[in-house]
Amino acid sequence: MRLLITGGRVIDPASGVDATLDILVEDGQILQVDKRVQGSGSGGPGKNKKPAGRDGQTEIRVIDATGKIVVPGLIDMHVHLREPGREDEETIASGTAAAARGGFTSICCMPNTDPVNDTASVTEYILEQAKKVGRVNVFPIGCISRGHHGEQLADIGDLAAAGCVGLSDDGKPVMNAELMRRAMEYATMFDITVIPHCEDLTLSEGGVMHEGRVSTKLGLKGIPSAAEAVMVGRDILLSEYTGARLHVCHVSTTESICLIREARARGVQVSGEATPHHLILTDEAVRGFSTNTKMNPPLRSAEDVTALREALIDGTIEIIATDHAPHASFEKEMEYDYAPFGIIGLETALGLILTEFYHTRLLALPMIIERLTTNPARILKLKHKGTLVPGADADITILDPDQEWIVEENDWQSKSKNSPFIGWKLKGRAVMTIVAGQVVWETS
Amino acid sequence: MALKRKDLLTIRELESDEIHLILDTADSMKEIASRDIKKVPALRGKTLINLFYEPSTRTRTSFEIAGKWLSADVINISTTVSSVTKGESLLDTGKTLQAMRPDVVVIRHPVPGAPKILADRLQASIINAGDGAHEHPTQALLDLLTIRERLGRLKGLTVAIVGDISHSRVARSGIQAMRKVGMDVRVAGPPTLLPRHPEELGAQVTTDVEAAIADADVIMMLRIQRERQGPTLLPSLREYSRLFGLTVERVKKAREGVLIMHPGPLNRGVEIAPEVADGPYSLILDQVTNGVAIRMALLYLLTGGHAATN
Repeated sequence: MRLLITGGRVIDPASGVDATLDILVEDGQILQVDKRVQGSGSGGPGKNKKPAGRDGQTEIRVIDATGKIVVPGLIDMHVHLREPGREDEETIASGTAAAARGGFTSICCMPNTDPVNDTASVTEYILEQAKKVGRVNVFPIGCISRGHHGEQLADIGDLAAAGCVGLSDDGKPVMNAELMRRAMEYATMFDITVIPHCEDLTLSEGGVMHEGRVSTKLGLKGIPSAAEAVMVGRDILLSEYTGARLHVCHVSTTESICLIREARARGVQVSGEATPHHLILTDEAVRGFSTNTKMNPPLRSAEDVTALREALIDGTIEIIATDHAPHASFEKEMEYDYAPFGIIGLETALGLILTEFYHTRLLALPMIIERLTTNPARILKLKHKGTLVPGADADITILDPDQEWIVEENDWQSKSKNSPFIGWKLKGRAVMTIVAGQVVWETS
Repeated sequence: MALKRKDLLTIRELESDEIHLILDTADSMKEIASRDIKKVPALRGKTLINLFYEPSTRTRTSFEIAGKWLSADVINISTTVSSVTKGESLLDTGKTLQAMRPDVVVIRHPVPGAPKILADRLQASIINAGDGAHEHPTQALLDLLTIRERLGRLKGLTVAIVGDISHSRVARSGIQAMRKVGMDVRVAGPPTLLPRHPEELGAQVTTDVEAAIADADVIMMLRIQRERQGPTLLPSLREYSRLFGLTVERVKKAREGVLIMHPGPLNRGVEIAPEVADGPYSLILDQVTNGVAIRMALLYLLTGGHAATN
């Protein structure tokens, strides 16, 4: 099966391409990217799915992308798939379907499953399951510590050999600085990035929302911005000391951004990601006590959101990741203190970013795409991903940046629906998602 | 005039004329308390459920008496939340209660916003009897009633609230209520017991208790809530008492005849000296008496009663 995508605006930040081009895909790889690929005229303008006959060997499907944007498949390096352990909330099948709908062709799954991904056998299970039922590529993140208890190193070498592309005790920050130092040192041997959730648990203990003006009014216990920044500072210093590559998960505070900016300026190998919700919502959203506004790190102040937006624009924060965290309705329909942290994000991320950054002219499309493709591929050293050059894997997302849609409460590929964006009207979405040359999602 | 709302969850949602309506109605309810037979038929056939997820003596008893004096059938459900995973969720409890057709559910709960979970889904009127450190609207209303009763007015008065502002629903509701009726509020406490942005609450903020109480018409002392405070917030009760306790000496430096209030229960010798708590200007027991009147007024108004026009 070959694919020919014609007439779309192709944006490939990795190669600097931004032009109307055709893309020919064969055997799961990108074969040709050119002004007019042979055979592209035969289909002519019209509907998708126009079979263009045979050119002697294989069938070719011509996809008319006129008026659309063709980009490398999006990569989300921060996803919770919940399998194994909480298959009622999400499975590898449902989570990758949500990814496909959202335009993501590769996702990294965090290791805080049950059992946690701290051994090669769990990594192998995830990869096998993904191969069987996954719609998109799954790259596991392995634990830093055994059992993610923060006491003893996990078998990092085994994890890397089994296919883990990063290390994190996401959700259970490594409080022991000595252990983090050794994890970083050890990780350099496998050239694997350490991806911590930065939170000093002694500062955040009991907190359920950002400590600020709104928590003052609501009487909910606050999580101070310093709880994050203190750990970002520690891990930057340890990264600098050990030479390990550091990627800070879901950066949310002004102080963290300052630390990352300064560290990058002096050459520390540190990067950071921001979630759509931290870029768009403030702690004001908590006022109605909806538990879909409860996540960790919490929604921060308007000043923090402004700083985070500036950091995303100037490149201090070079990656957008969702922290997709499905939770069962019965767990979220609780008193605010008792509900779990986290919201789903795969299916709304692109629409939110296009609505809030592209249509407001804060970020040009190539800049947005870079933060969703090229940059995560580079940080995670994913080969043949995040680009559309010939020879790359044929992971391709076709966007309609102007299509308007409403986030419906009961319209999800994910098994969960814990989103604070239900009811939002968004502009822009993925209309087709292609993984290894196969169409895994298309809007009807 | 009637109260045009189903629930009373916060002072924040109340307009000042609603506050005055509740206070005026409570004034007329006080007369019932002075009768030999303390019973009127206003809520006959109505069912009131007290749903308490935290231990409480005075608030629960106050609601119970208020309901009974108005002839409502009163049911008390006390439960302690030992573990979230054990037992029924609040939502399920609420649905179960709703199926028994109560008219009013009074809820006290350790988590801010919990009463709203019931209010959003139950047909019954929900009254917040304290949700974590968020609000305690009936306490704020009874405090206003007590001050107005003694001083004849509210507007223009200055109140000093001293103590643990951070964990206090009494302060959060009280400050808002006082601001809405035109009072000035100062708060004083150690920085570890002030919220991150205390100015957001609408009060002037100081860590100097004597500056706060100087010229104040009313001093409201808050309880040091040992059960809510971790070991990192205060070095010792002795030092707290020395820095913030309301002693006879401190009262002498305040305005002559300054009124003393406390929502209770008291930690005698910690935030308030016994001589002050039991002194001639203490309104502490008036607050308790007026609590019943305020709750009668709210039960009456929320179940469709109208204030007498005179």
